[in-house]
Amino acid sequence: MIESFIELFFARYNYWMAIILMLIGLYALIAKQNLVKKIIGLNIFQTAIFLFYISFAEVKGGTAPIYLPQGIDALYVNPLPHVLILTAIVVGVSVTAVALSLIVRIYEEYGVIDEDELMQAVRRR
Amino acid sequence: MTVINHLPVLLIAIPILASLLIFAAGWYDRRFAYPITLITVLFQFTASVILLLQVMQEGTIRYHLGGWAPPLGIELVIDSFNGFILAAIMLLAAATVVYARRSVEKEIEQEKIVSFYVLFQLLVTGLVGMTITGDIFNLYVFLEISSIAAYTLISASRKPHSYVASFNYLVLGSISAGFILLGIGNLYVATGTLNMAELAAILPASYGLATVHSAFLFLMIGFSIKIAFFPLHLWLPDAYTESPSAVTILISTVMAKVSVYALFRILFSVFTTAYIIDSFPVTGFILLMATVAIVAGAVLAIAQDDLKRMLAYSSISQIGYIMFALGVANQIALEGGLLHILGHAVMKGCLFMVAGMIIYRMGTSKLSELKGVAKTMPISCAAFALAGASMIGIPPTIGFMSKYYLVLGAFEAGLWPYAVVLLIGSLLAAVYIWKFIEIAYFGDHHDNHHTSVREGPLSMLAPMVCLAVLCLIFGVFVEVLMEAVGPAVILLLGGV
Repeated sequence: MIESFIELFFARYNYWMAIILMLIGLYALIAKQNLVKKIIGLNIFQTAIFLFYISFAEVKGGTAPIYLPQGIDALYVNPLPHVLILTAIVVGVSVTAVALSLIVRIYEEYGVIDEDELMQAVRRR
Repeated sequence: MTVINHLPVLLIAIPILASLLIFAAGWYDRRFAYPITLITVLFQFTASVILLLQVMQEGTIRYHLGGWAPPLGIELVIDSFNGFILAAIMLLAAATVVYARRSVEKEIEQEKIVSFYVLFQLLVTGLVGMTITGDIFNLYVFLEISSIAAYTLISASRKPHSYVASFNYLVLGSISAGFILLGIGNLYVATGTLNMAELAAILPASYGLATVHSAFLFLMIGFSIKIAFFPLHLWLPDAYTESPSAVTILISTVMAKVSVYALFRILFSVFTTAYIIDSFPVTGFILLMATVAIVAGAVLAIAQDDLKRMLAYSSISQIGYIMFALGVANQIALEGGLLHILGHAVMKGCLFMVAGMIIYRMGTSKLSELKGVAKTMPISCAAFALAGASMIGIPPTIGFMSKYYLVLGAFEAGLWPYAVVLLIGSLLAAVYIWKFIEIAYFGDHHDNHHTSVREGPLSMLAPMVCLAVLCLIFGVFVEVLMEAVGPAVILLLGGV
């Protein structure tokens, strides 16, 4: 039973790692009080998705998707997910930038970046 | 006509260039920002109406970006379903941009106005892109463009709480976008394509795969957060209440409806009715949650003491109606659902415009301070009453017609207990709409501090009155709308 679990884990360990990272990120997003740590959690969550995309693009023994001497017979890694993730990384950077600037504004207004204290400060106004 | 052939891509390309132009021209002189936005949005509205007429006459338009055929390139598709949605959202966006000028002058700091219009334009463009794209990853990209613009726009008002509202929306919105991205990844693993039409053709072979099921769940949950479907609505009340009036109108009508459209598109065009009814029976659960949303949203709306917050909770209830159509998933109910997408956009746009007008003149939207407001702002309150009647579903308004179709659809599917819930939702809507009407018309104001308050400026009154009248016109001439809605529903259910 346990052996088969271990086998299952190592046969697809890249997906398991993506899932574990994703859950770490989601946990930080939900449970952390500090707003900046929440955004770090968001970044971990997004990175896990990126890794998921990159790992399913992998072809065992495949080379970079460039034109090689053996021509069309060469074994390529699927380049499309890489391109998609390039877009998603840009999106992730922009979201992080907006989030951090919002945190700066919240800190300027309320003087706190802790969620509970922030809620109290909001209620006091 | 060559320009007409390229209209789908111009609908996105010109506004993106325009948003850069707004930035550059606004740098030179702040007063240029608004006219460029107005012209661009009016262009988009005209183009969308032309495209809708073209689709209704000649059938689906497929535009290959850069001349690359679909498996390699990205495709823009306009069929009877999204042509209808496109025209509906651009109508609302055009009304909003006319309304926005005075309201923005009052609510946004002078130096922020240029960037406000840049983001406004980007938000509209992102939503148009989401509507007309035929590529599922492209959908994600446009979704993020519109979301990032929306996060920033919400925080543009002068109220400090808007930063918190925007941050909460950002966190939930990013989780939902992450889920959508994961779902798209799973679909790609299962099929090896990102084109929606091709996905629909390849997917049936792998309906049993766990990969497809998880893709479906990720997409479903992701979009449910975006449209604020009941238990996932937590970002909505704050975001709607704290943002500037013009932004509230835009996100409550255009953005919410496009997210609903995207969900419908994924459920019916990528996965088909065969999948959501037979392979992965989810419609029953959606129906149940939709009824909970209808009742809970309305009850929460009754409990609010702020006009904008009340309307925000009412939106949660009305989203329930649209999802109800998805849960029943037969011809008549879906016709009702699509009508309600248009109808709710028009009436909720009008109601939020009235709320914005009251804020413009009185600086508050607290219900307790609005006693007797109908004496000083009679046109606004009349518009509220008309759109409110549509919200309740009093004939012959559009709200009545869409709910009528929903009830008929529920009866046809033999779901009469659920049809009763629709009627209860209408009764509850009557309670919260009446709450404002009573305060506005019959509340006596002892203090004379707002006797000096007048109606708002014409540029704000005109779109508001237009939308209120449209609630009535659409209801009376519903057959004209059905000509667009009928083929759209047939398309959704898998016909040609």
